Amino acid sequence: MTASPSPTATWQTEATRVAAGIRRRVLEHVLRHNGGYMSQACSSAELFAALYTRIMKLGPSIAPAVPLPFAGVPSATNPHAFTGAGYNGPKAPDLDRFIFSPAHYALVLYATLIETGRMAPEGLAQFNQDGSTVEMIGAEHSPGCEVTSGSLGQAISQAAGIALARKRRGETGRTWVMLTDGEFQEGQTWEAFEVLSAYKLDRVGVYVDVNGQQCDGRMEDVLNIEPIAEKLAAFGARVVSVDGHDLDALAAPAELEPDGRPLVVLAYTDPCRCLEPMRARAPKLHYLRFTSPDERAVYQAFYETLLTGTKE
Amino acid sequence: MEIQTKVYARRLAEWAADKPEVLVLSADLTSSVEVDVFQKRYPDRFLSMGMTEQNMHSLAGGLAREGFLPFIHTFAVFIYRRAYDQICDSIAYPNLPVRMVGFLPGVLTPGGITHQAIEDVAVLRALPNLTILEVGDATEIESVLDVSRSIKGPIYLRMLRGEVPRLFATDEPFVFNKARQITRGDDVTLFSSGVSTEEAMRATSVLRERGVSINHLHISTLKPFTDPAVVEAAAAARHGVITLENHSIIGGLGTCVAEVMAEHGVGKKLMRLGLPDVFAHGASRPYLMREYGLDALALVRGVERLLGQSLNISEADLNAVRLQEVHSASKAEAL
Repeated sequence: MTASPSPTATWQTEATRVAAGIRRRVLEHVLRHNGGYMSQACSSAELFAALYTRIMKLGPSIAPAVPLPFAGVPSATNPHAFTGAGYNGPKAPDLDRFIFSPAHYALVLYATLIETGRMAPEGLAQFNQDGSTVEMIGAEHSPGCEVTSGSLGQAISQAAGIALARKRRGETGRTWVMLTDGEFQEGQTWEAFEVLSAYKLDRVGVYVDVNGQQCDGRMEDVLNIEPIAEKLAAFGARVVSVDGHDLDALAAPAELEPDGRPLVVLAYTDPCRCLEPMRARAPKLHYLRFTSPDERAVYQAFYETLLTGTKE
Repeated sequence: MEIQTKVYARRLAEWAADKPEVLVLSADLTSSVEVDVFQKRYPDRFLSMGMTEQNMHSLAGGLAREGFLPFIHTFAVFIYRRAYDQICDSIAYPNLPVRMVGFLPGVLTPGGITHQAIEDVAVLRALPNLTILEVGDATEIESVLDVSRSIKGPIYLRMLRGEVPRLFATDEPFVFNKARQITRGDDVTLFSSGVSTEEAMRATSVLRERGVSINHLHISTLKPFTDPAVVEAAAAARHGVITLENHSIIGGLGTCVAEVMAEHGVGKKLMRLGLPDVFAHGASRPYLMREYGLDALALVRGVERLLGQSLNISEADLNAVRLQEVHSASKAEAL
């Protein structure tokens, strides 16, 4: 387990450590298993680090440090089914909630939970193992997940429902949603923003990893969706575009007093951030699997430099 | 026959009075799906979602996770065809108590292919955790909401609107997963659902006069489909079994009956009457029911084929058709 930060450390110091840990753990995993969603960790490490160390008001995890095995799908006859929401702390009127949308970023989320002390490092050994909840594409039973969101575009609407329910109950806690830019190609995302705006769900805050990448390559080439900010503003959202690797810039919009509009932070990111060798693979960055022992050796060598950079 | 008007509209508003957890979601078809009365009475619990059907289903899942009881209302076709993925992941998988109330099932709408839900039961029956109910008259509309209380997971409900007949006594409410005995007989066993039951009832008395006794059961729970009375009735039929439904013959009531008959080794002939694996088109209900063989006369012809004899029954012999104006006082716009 990583050491707790010293009391004098700033949140930025801690978030920087968390972000580096996310990239290192994901790279370690990719090296061990010869495959993984690496570019997503590179692009969103600061975003997750800022959310978990600064932006979201969460209580400590109430879930087992080592995730429980899969307890079966929810059904009328299975009282044992559970969600992974407990890793984000208890549900309370004044606490925030985290709704995770791009389920293929699960490895990044698990690494974040480990770096922030919400999950034991050995939990990651269960990743993609049969009978485990630490699934490759996270579902609602996976650590840190509360809804089933692997079909992109559904989580934002589910979050709107949760936020609408919380608003009806007069809860002050916010509902944070982590989205990716690719999800703005889905019609449902825009339907959700119509409703978020119309119902003035300003306690919903959406952080978007705008890494410009999708499965087929660069979004610009596959199906350009820019300008996202202008489109979202036209839909009634309060949009802030930031450098997604700048922790202060990421955290600042969350300090704004809600003004009736749903908040969207477009975090523009670099999918190869802190992993220079990966640039050679552009524009195919969606999933990293080594094509030769030589290529693997390059990443292994890079990993060694990371280890010497981050002391544990 | 007693005809009731806007039964669902009145019943929902009345039923939800002491249930603050009930929220009504509408997708721009509020009066067409009879939630206008609820809207007027409880504006705060009425959520206008506009034409965002995919979003509406996922959002309802979010509300249900937070302890509310969301009722989705739109035309049946816009529920399962437009938002199937959302129903699956946001509602059915987590087994959330969302009620999807689908109006104008089958050929009840003159709206044509885009508005006719002819394979909704087929599609949704394959979805785990989902319960599927279909009402056939005013009494069932009045009692189905109470039935829904006992079902913790999601429900898809094929609903009727406007002018609806009362076929069943008010003291014989909808009973979950229990076939309703309409007539007894031993020549042919007939299972019907939804509006098909009204059609079947037009024919069964004439058939009896011609010496054919029909064991007629009305089905209002399509999933689960485990009532032992169904198997018993099928096994007891002398000449065979007929199903009549306002749906494709693939995947609906006919398929449900075929499955349980096969599983229980009931070796009887089965004739499935319904849309014969074809799309319909925009026209009136009686016209379409005649064209696709869903009406009383189609049932008579089906019985004749099963028996291998003509019964000399013409349209004039059947009980009067209940004429229903496409544009009526209860619904100015046909849609």
